[in-house]
Amino acid sequence: MNIDKKIADDLVANDISFVTTVPCKQLAGVIEEIDTRDDIMHVPSNKEDEGMGLCAGAFMGGKRPAIIMQNTAIGVTINTLATLTQFYRLPLPMIISYRGELREPVACQVEMAVHTKALLAQLNIPTYHFHWQKDVEEFDNILKYTFMCNKPVAILTDANFWGGYGDQ
Amino acid sequence: MIRSEILKDIAPILRDQLVVCNIGIPSQELHAIDDQPTNFYMLGTMGLCSSIGLGLALAQPKTVISIDGDGSVLTNLGTLPTIGNNAPSNYILMIIDNGSYGSTGDQPTYTGKKTDLAGMARAAGCDTVIEVQDVDTGPALQAAIDSKKATVLVVKCDSGNAKMPVITLDPVVIKHRFMEAVKA
Ligand SMILES: [Mg+2]
Repeated sequence: MNIDKKIADDLVANDISFVTTVPCKQLAGVIEEIDTRDDIMHVPSNKEDEGMGLCAGAFMGGKRPAIIMQNTAIGVTINTLATLTQFYRLPLPMIISYRGELREPVACQVEMAVHTKALLAQLNIPTYHFHWQKDVEEFDNILKYTFMCNKPVAILTDANFWGGYGDQ
Repeated sequence: MIRSEILKDIAPILRDQLVVCNIGIPSQELHAIDDQPTNFYMLGTMGLCSSIGLGLALAQPKTVISIDGDGSVLTNLGTLPTIGNNAPSNYILMIIDNGSYGSTGDQPTYTGKKTDLAGMARAAGCDTVIEVQDVDTGPALQAAIDSKKATVLVVKCDSGNAKMPVITLDPVVIKHRFMEAVKA
């Protein structure tokens, strides 16, 4: 299974037509895939809270949005998640590369990884963790759930899900 | 002129447009001067006014005016390259630059010192950047709307706030009536 294609297919099938990204090595393939899709407007942002602002505007303009970012962004976006996305009840699927988990080569990434789920839980953000490739089968249902309940929803995708870093 | 006097001046122009208004006293002033369903008031989240407006302009064809402040643009400077590289023709970022953090007690920002927001917007790739004095805001804003070009309008004015009530509208109500107005 090509998980990059599957993710992009599910986004399109769920009428998600606005995607903003702040890149991560693990996300390079899915970002590249999204750029090949005519049905998706891709606007890279410079910081993840900026991206959530773009998504809020796009949603109010009639486009379903999604954001693709690293888990380090949870540390950047807590105020935005609480006072914009949650306060105004805006749906936002967050496809998050979960750095600092199993098969991570960079020690510093673990420092945010150990806080990631606790912060999401503190914010009452529904959170899913993709560890095996087959976990992507739930992605379509998670998107439907997000736009049913008008909440930010986190999909954490770790290095094992993406196939690791070659030899490491 | 201070911001509230400018907003009173341009209220007849804003009335017919989609407006995303910055957090704090700017939204309180606009709400008190001329509340409209076409106004989206930010109740929190300093810095994202320009980003919300840009997302809205990219998603639909009506003109969108983000009414931002110098302090808020400084806190989200990454917005300028994103605007410079993506802004569609229906997007206007109007920065009311009073050289101070108005909502928090008028502490000075760097735009009252050496920092030039219009120059930063140009350097970030924004093609049409206009700087005007407060008294010229109305004609400059109308010209930007009529030009159908993505525009950054920097309005230089005095520091100060009008005393206006806090907005008590529920955020979901603000969002809902705004989205209905976008669709109308
Ligand atoms: Mg100011």
